[in-house]
Amino acid sequence: MGLLDKEFSDGNIVIAKVDDLMNWARLSSIWQLGFGLACCAIEMMATSASHYDFDRFGVIPRNTPRQADAIIISGTVTLKMATRIKRLYEQMPDPKYIISMGSCANCGGPYWEHGYHVLKGIDRVIPVDVYVPGCPPRPEALLEGLLKLQEKIRNESLRKKIA
Amino acid sequence: MKNPEEIFKLLKKEFSEIILDLDKETPTESIILVDPMQITKIGKFLRENEELKFDSLMVLSGVDDANGTKTKDEDGSDMISGGTLSVYYHLHSTVLKHKITLKVSTQRENPQVESVYNVWRTSDWHEREAFDLFGIIFLNHPDLRRILMPYDWEAGYPLRKDYKNPEFYKGMKVPY
Repeated sequence: MGLLDKEFSDGNIVIAKVDDLMNWARLSSIWQLGFGLACCAIEMMATSASHYDFDRFGVIPRNTPRQADAIIISGTVTLKMATRIKRLYEQMPDPKYIISMGSCANCGGPYWEHGYHVLKGIDRVIPVDVYVPGCPPRPEALLEGLLKLQEKIRNESLRKKIA
Repeated sequence: MKNPEEIFKLLKKEFSEIILDLDKETPTESIILVDPMQITKIGKFLRENEELKFDSLMVLSGVDDANGTKTKDEDGSDMISGGTLSVYYHLHSTVLKHKITLKVSTQRENPQVESVYNVWRTSDWHEREAFDLFGIIFLNHPDLRRILMPYDWEAGYPLRKDYKNPEFYKGMKVPY
């Protein structure tokens, strides 16, 4: 192996498992669908802005579902909107991830009893990877949710999908 | 600037043949009761009269008075038959700085009110909202369809006191 060793030490080569490389690439560039619903969306925008800077985790808004990796369901999902969200989700390419942000998206929130127009939890329509509690959650909480999602992606395998 | 009684007197003089009434019992402000089939005519007068000049419809709201006979149906939920649905018009004159509230009441079983779209263009979406949530039909409205609920919502009018939410909408479970 003398020849190969020499090659490697001369050139800038790093050896890694394909799984690790793919996961590292995916979790470091989660492009989220540019999409907001209610007051949680204001917190999400604050998270994107310079003070909290979502971009340092590789999260940038992408305004087409066809090139997005994740949706952050940031707010109250009405029944009317739920049909649209389902369509957006179906238009996204695999692998795709969902963060459910705030009580409304998690379970209906304050609309759980009398909200005749509210879907009581986005997980009734699309599968959720990470739930972020709060009403609305602070930017720190959303960042924590994103780190949890990254952790989930880090442990994925090409042979077996987890998230 | 005129107070509600002066405005009511002016209306009474102009429309002596139409049933009008002044309700002074409300704790906040006096309300003029109007026939739902005459509201366009009265609205036009209120807007164009030199002494009134009500150029702004601040809000138009529907109300379920729930004053019919209440019965329980087999699953224990309220049913209301008879009684009225009402529409309130809050008017403001930006020129003369006075305000007035109008009210029309219509039958719950066949709730029809004249549209004031041709008097105050603001009423377009307000009337659509009252139609969407209370099922009040505004005659001569140019585009009376639902505005907030989905266009294909078939479960009725959500803000009526005897409204029952459906179990499913397009395969999505609605109750908690």
